[in-house]
Amino acid sequence: MTLALPRPDLSARALRLWQRNWDVLRNTWVEETVWPFVEPLVTLLALGLGLGRIVDLPGDESYLEFVAPGLLAIFPMWAATSEAGWSSYFRLESERIFDAVMATPLSVDDITTGEVLWAATRGLISTCFILVVIAAFGTVASPLALLVPLAAVPACLFFAAISLCNTALARSVRSLNYFFVLYITPQFWLSGAWFPLDGLPEWAQRLSWWVPSAHAAELFRGLVRGGLEWGHLGHLAWLAGAALLFYALALLLMRRRLVR
Amino acid sequence: MPPLVVARGIVKRYGAFTAVDGISFHVEEGECFGILGPNGAGKTTTVRLMAALSPLTAGQLLVDGLDVSRHGRQVRARLGLVPQHDNLDPELTVWQNLRVFSRYYGIPRAVAEERAAELLEFFHLQDRARQRVETLSAGMRRRLIIARALINAPRLLVLDEPTTGLDPQARHVLWQRLRQLKAQGVTMVLTTHYMEEAEQLCDRLVILNEGRVVVEGSPQALVERYAGREVVEVHLGLDGDGEQVLARLAGVGDLSWERAGDVLFLYVRGDDGIDPALLRGVGERVVFRRPNLEDVFLRLTGRGLTE
Repeated sequence: MTLALPRPDLSARALRLWQRNWDVLRNTWVEETVWPFVEPLVTLLALGLGLGRIVDLPGDESYLEFVAPGLLAIFPMWAATSEAGWSSYFRLESERIFDAVMATPLSVDDITTGEVLWAATRGLISTCFILVVIAAFGTVASPLALLVPLAAVPACLFFAAISLCNTALARSVRSLNYFFVLYITPQFWLSGAWFPLDGLPEWAQRLSWWVPSAHAAELFRGLVRGGLEWGHLGHLAWLAGAALLFYALALLLMRRRLVR
Repeated sequence: MPPLVVARGIVKRYGAFTAVDGISFHVEEGECFGILGPNGAGKTTTVRLMAALSPLTAGQLLVDGLDVSRHGRQVRARLGLVPQHDNLDPELTVWQNLRVFSRYYGIPRAVAEERAAELLEFFHLQDRARQRVETLSAGMRRRLIIARALINAPRLLVLDEPTTGLDPQARHVLWQRLRQLKAQGVTMVLTTHYMEEAEQLCDRLVILNEGRVVVEGSPQALVERYAGREVVEVHLGLDGDGEQVLARLAGVGDLSWERAGDVLFLYVRGDDGIDPALLRGVGERVVFRRPNLEDVFLRLTGRGLTE
C-alpha cells in the first residue's frame, strides 16, 4: 500500500449517498432511534436518582451536573462509530450498496465522504437529543451550551472517520469488534465523563491527552457548565486535526478496499 | 458514425494473475454485442473495465469517445450496468430504488419520476412500486435492476449474465424486453454463457478463453464456419471404438471430428451430409442435428472442464 495520498476525487455527489442513508433512516426511524434515545435517558435517570445520591463531589456541583456534559462526549461517540462500523460494513459487504453506487458517477472518494458525513450526522443527532435531555434535567448552566452542536462537529467527524478506517480493514463483521472492545469501550469509561481526570496519577493524566473522548468531554463541560478558557480551543483543534488525519486515512483505505 | 466502444489491447492483471490479456473489439451504435466464454474467461472483468469500475493495467478503452482511464465519471454517467449479482438496495422500496439511483446521476426530480414510472410500466412492475425489493421474485428483481440501469437513459446498456439463475419463463420474458429495447435503438453489450441467449439477442459476438479473444463474428457466420451444416453425435458407450466409426466415414468429404468422453462429434460441411446408412448399428445411439452456437463454443474452448 502506498502512503502517498493522490489528489482526492471529490464532488458534491457525495451528499447523494448521505441522502440515501437519510431516506433509509426515514423508512426505519423507529427501530433505528430507540437505542440511542433511550439509553442516555435511562443513564441519566439511574445516575440522577440512584448513584447521584451517594456521590459527594467537592464544591457545590451535584453528580448529575458533573456527568451531564460528559454524556455529550460518549453517547454521540457510540452513535457515530457504530454507524460507520456495523452499519457501513453492512452496506459494504451484505447489501453491496457501494458496488451499485460505484457504477454511477460517484467516485470511491465520494462514497467514503458520504459515509463519513452520514455517520457524523448520526453523532450530531445524538448530540442534539442529549442536549435537550440534560437541559430538561436542569443541568445546563450556561447559554454557551447552544454552541454544543457546532462544537461537536469535529468530534463526530473524527469518530466517523476512524471507525470507517476500521471498517475498511475488517475481514469479517466479527473483526469489527476489536475496535469497539479495545478502543471505544475504554474511552466510554475513561474519558472523564464519569469521574474527574484531574484526581488521577500524573502518568494517567498525561495519557489522557491521547484520548479523543477526553478532549470532547472537556470541551462540552466548558460549554455546558460555563467557564470557557483558551485551553478549550486546544481541545477543539486536537479533535479537528485528528478528524482530518483519519478522514485522509479513510479515503486511502476505502480505495484499497473498493477498487479492484 | 464512430463505434460506441473501442477496446485496443486491453489488459487487466490482479497481481500475478492476468484476467484479461490483450483484448480488442469494437461495438457499433445500435447493435447488441455479445461477450461469451466459460467461467473465468474474463467476461466480467471486461465489463468492469468498460464501466470504468476497475482501472486498466494496459491498453486503451474508449466509450462514446471517452477514455475510461481518464473520464471514469463521465463514462459511468452515460452507461447503464446490470451486474451479475443482485445489488438492489434492500432497505428501499421499488420506487425508491429508482429515485435514489436517479439522484446519483443528478437527474432532476420531475424527469426522474416520469422516467421511473415509464420504466416500471415497461418492466411490468408498476403494481409493485411501494413494495420493498425483498418481496420481489428473482425475475422481478432482474427486471428492476435493468430498469435501474436505464434510469439515466444511457448511451450503452451493459448486461453481465442477465438471466443466470432465472427459470425459463422469466428468462423468455426478459429476452422479449431486451429485444424491444434493441428495437428502440439501445446499444447493448451482453455477457452470457447461455448460447441460446446469444443466438436470440446478439448481432455480433466474441468468444473469450483465458483472457483472450478466440473468435469474433455473427452467430450465424460462426456456426457455419466452425460447426458446418450438420452435427452428428455418435454415442459410443463407455468403451466404444471411435477409430472404427471414423474408418467407415473415410469417403465423406469436408468432415471434422472431436471426441469428448463417450461421444464422437462429427461436423459435416459438405452439401450432401452423411448418409445415415454409413452409421447404422454404430455405437449405442446416433443423433443427427442442426449445429448451434454451443458447438462453436465448445469446439473453441474445449469440451473438458476448464477449471
